Amino acid sequence: MTPRRRRLVLVLGILAGVSIAGALMLRSFNENVMFFFDPSQVAKGEAPVGKRFRLGGMVKPGSVQRAPGSLSLAFVVTDFKLDVPVRYEGVVPDLFRENQGVVAHGTLRGDGVFVADEILAKHDENYMPPEVARAIKEKHGGVMPVDPSKAAKEQAAR
Amino acid sequence: MIPELGHFALILAAWVVIAQSAFGLAGPAFARERWIAAVRPAVFTQFALQTAALAALMYAFVTNDFSVQYVAQNSNSALPVGYRIAAVWGAHEGSLVLWGWILSCWTLAVALRSRSLPEAFAARTLGVLGLVSLGFVTFTLATSNPFLRLQPAAPDGRDLNPLLQDPALASHPPMLYAGYVGFAVAFAFACAAMIEGRLDQTWARWTRPWTTIAWAFLSVGIALGSWWAYYELGWGGYWFWDPVENASFMPWLVGTALIHSLAVTEKRGLFKSWTLLLAILAFSLSLLGTFLVRSGVLVSVHSFAADPTRGIFILTFLVLVIGGALALYAWRAPLLRSEAGFEFTSRESFLLFNNILLVVAAAAVFAGTMAPLISDALGLGTLSVGKQYFDPVFLLPTLPLIALAAVGLHSQWKRGRVAARRGAILTTAAIGIALTLALMLGVWGGAKLLTPIGFALGLWLIASSFVDPIDRVRRGIRLTPAIVGMAIAHVGLGVFVVSITAVESYTSERDLALAIGESGRVGAFEYRLDGLRRVEGPNYDAVRGTVTVLEAGKPVVTLYPEKRNYFVQRSVMTEADIHMQLSRDVFAALGEDLGGGRWSVRAQVRPLINYVWLAAFLMALGGIVAASDRRYRRAEGEA
Repeated sequence: MTPRRRRLVLVLGILAGVSIAGALMLRSFNENVMFFFDPSQVAKGEAPVGKRFRLGGMVKPGSVQRAPGSLSLAFVVTDFKLDVPVRYEGVVPDLFRENQGVVAHGTLRGDGVFVADEILAKHDENYMPPEVARAIKEKHGGVMPVDPSKAAKEQAAR
Repeated sequence: MIPELGHFALILAAWVVIAQSAFGLAGPAFARERWIAAVRPAVFTQFALQTAALAALMYAFVTNDFSVQYVAQNSNSALPVGYRIAAVWGAHEGSLVLWGWILSCWTLAVALRSRSLPEAFAARTLGVLGLVSLGFVTFTLATSNPFLRLQPAAPDGRDLNPLLQDPALASHPPMLYAGYVGFAVAFAFACAAMIEGRLDQTWARWTRPWTTIAWAFLSVGIALGSWWAYYELGWGGYWFWDPVENASFMPWLVGTALIHSLAVTEKRGLFKSWTLLLAILAFSLSLLGTFLVRSGVLVSVHSFAADPTRGIFILTFLVLVIGGALALYAWRAPLLRSEAGFEFTSRESFLLFNNILLVVAAAAVFAGTMAPLISDALGLGTLSVGKQYFDPVFLLPTLPLIALAAVGLHSQWKRGRVAARRGAILTTAAIGIALTLALMLGVWGGAKLLTPIGFALGLWLIASSFVDPIDRVRRGIRLTPAIVGMAIAHVGLGVFVVSITAVESYTSERDLALAIGESGRVGAFEYRLDGLRRVEGPNYDAVRGTVTVLEAGKPVVTLYPEKRNYFVQRSVMTEADIHMQLSRDVFAALGEDLGGGRWSVRAQVRPLINYVWLAAFLMALGGIVAASDRRYRRAEGEA
C-alpha cells in the first residue's frame, strides 16, 4: 500500500469505528433511558406497564405500612390529586418519611401497583426532586403545600 | 474588620488580574518590554491578595465569627477546628474563593518556573491565566460574596452538613480543584501558542509536566470523592454515574487523552492541532463541570443553593472561554501542520487510537450526562440516564482501550515493528491468562462473561507495563523517571481494571431483617445481630448495633454500625461500619426499626475494593514521578 492509501484506510477505519460506537450508544440510550411520571399520570394510565420508569411525588401522610419485622414496605405516592400505591422490599434511605418528596425507580404492574426496586437517597432534607416540585407546583397553582413538620423544624433551628 | 479586609483584598485582586491579563496579552502584541516586565509583579500581587482573602475567610471560621452570613450557615461553635477550616469550602461561596486561590497558586508557579521560556510566550500564557482568574474573581464578587455580614449576628452557626464532616471529603475539593484548575495551565499554554502561531516540540515539553501534575491531582480528587461516597453515604457502592461524578470524570478522560497526545507532539512533532483541541476541551470540561455542579442545574449535595444569576454568569463565562478558544483555534490551527509520517503499528498509531477511544468514552459520558438537561430544557419530557446506560456504553470503548494499551506498551516510535516484539506480547498475554485462570479456578470460581475478560486484560496490562523497564535494565540503559512513572501509572490502570472486575463479579450483598440473636446469610458469610444500644457523640446521639460476621461458622469480625441523629441540623445519618482489608471489605449498615423487634441491616462483602482507590493513587503517583523527569527541567535550562 502507498502511504496515501494507508492513510485513507486508517481514516475510514476510524470513521467506521466511531460511527459504530455512536450507533451502539444511541441504541443503548433508547433502551435504558428512564422517563419521569407523576402520580396523576400513572393513575390515569399514561405510564407504560412493565417498563422501568421514575415515579416522583410526596409520600402520603399515614400511608406507610410495614409488616412488622419484615423488609416489605407499602406506601402511597401522591401529588395531592391522585395517588399511586407503591411496594418496596429493602432498606429505605434516611430521609424517607411521610410527607417528604420521594423518587422511586421501578415498574408498574398491571393492577396499578408500582413495584420499586430503588428508592432514591437524597442528601438534604430540604431537597425536593425538581420534577416533583414542578409537578406539585403545577397542580397547586404555584403554591407549595407546606410541610408542617418541616416548618416547625426550621423554626426550632432558628 | 478582618472579613471586610478579605473582601477588599478580593476586589483589589480583580483589578490586579485585569492588569495581569492586559499587560500579558498587549505587551507582546505591541512589543512593549515594560508591559511584559509588569506581568510577573502583577501575578505576585494577585497571589498575595487572594491568599489574604482566603486567610480572612478562614480566620472568620476559626474564630466562630457568626456575624458573617456564610460562616453562620456552614459552621458551628461545637465543630472541631479542623472541620471549621474545611467548612470554608463546604459550600458554594467559599469553594469559589478556594478555586480562585488555587488558580493563583498555579499562576504563581507558572510565573516562577517560566523564566527560561521566551518572554513574550510566558507573558501571553500568564495573560490568558489572568483572564480565567478575572472570570472567577468577578463571579465570586458579583454573585457569591462569602464576606457578607449578618445583621444581627447569629448566636451560633447552623453547622456543617454532617456528611461533609470527614477527612476524605475535607481534602476532596482542594484536590479536585487543583486538577480542574491545573488544566487551565495547559489551556493557557495552548492559547499562547495559537496566538503566536508557533507550536514546536519544545512547547510540548513545557506543557507536559504541568498537564501531568494537574491530571494527577484530578485523579486523587476523584478517588477521594468516590471513597467518601463509599463509606460515608452509608450504602456502599463506589461509583453511581451521578452527574456530579461525571462532571469530574469527563475532564479526567480528556486530560488522559491530552497527556498521551502531548507525548506524541513532544517526541515526534505530530498531532499538533489535535493536542491543542484537547487542551481546550479538557479545560472547557473542567469549567462545564464547575457550571453543572455549581449552577443548581443538577441538584445534589454539591449544588449548594440554586440561584439563577449564578448559572447565567457561569454559562456566559463558559461560552466566552470555549467560544473564544475555539475561534482562536479555527483561525490559527491551520498554521500548525505536522510534517512527519508514521507507520501503522508504531507507537503513534496506538496513541492515536488511545485518543480516539478516550474521547469516544468521554463523549458517551457527556451524552448521558447532558441528555436529561437538554431534554428538560427543550420540553421533551423529564428523563434520567443511569447505570444501565453508562455501564455498557463506557465499557464499549474502554475494553479495547485496555487491550490496545497492553499491546501498545510494546511498540516503538515511528517504526511499525510491533511484530518483532511478538514474543514479549504473547508472553505477557500468557501471564495474564494464567493468572486469570488461577484467580477464577483457585480463588473465586466462575462468574459472568466479562469477569475473565476483565481479569485477563488488566493482568496483561500490568505484565506489559514491566516489559519496557526490564528491557532497558537488561540493555544497560538508565531508567529515567519518565519511564518509571509511565510503568507505575499503567500498572495502576491494570490494578484498577482487575479490582473493578472483582468487585463487580464477586460482591455479595443483601438487606436483612434481624432481631437480636438472629442471623442471615449473605453469600458465604453469616451476619448476626448481637445487640443494639444507645450511644452519645459530641453533636449527635445514635443507636449502635453490634453485628458479628461469621465465615464458615467462625467469627471474622464484629462491626458497630450506627444510626446517628445530629442535633443542630436535625438530620438522621447512617454511619456504616466497614472492616477494611486489602483482600476484601466486610460492610454493615444499620437501617431502621422494622417493628416486631427487628431492624434492617444492609450487609455487603466486596473483594479487592480498596484496590480501586489504591489504583487511582498509583496512577497519580506515576504521573508525579513522570513529571519529575530531569528532561523537563533541562528543557527549561536550554530554552
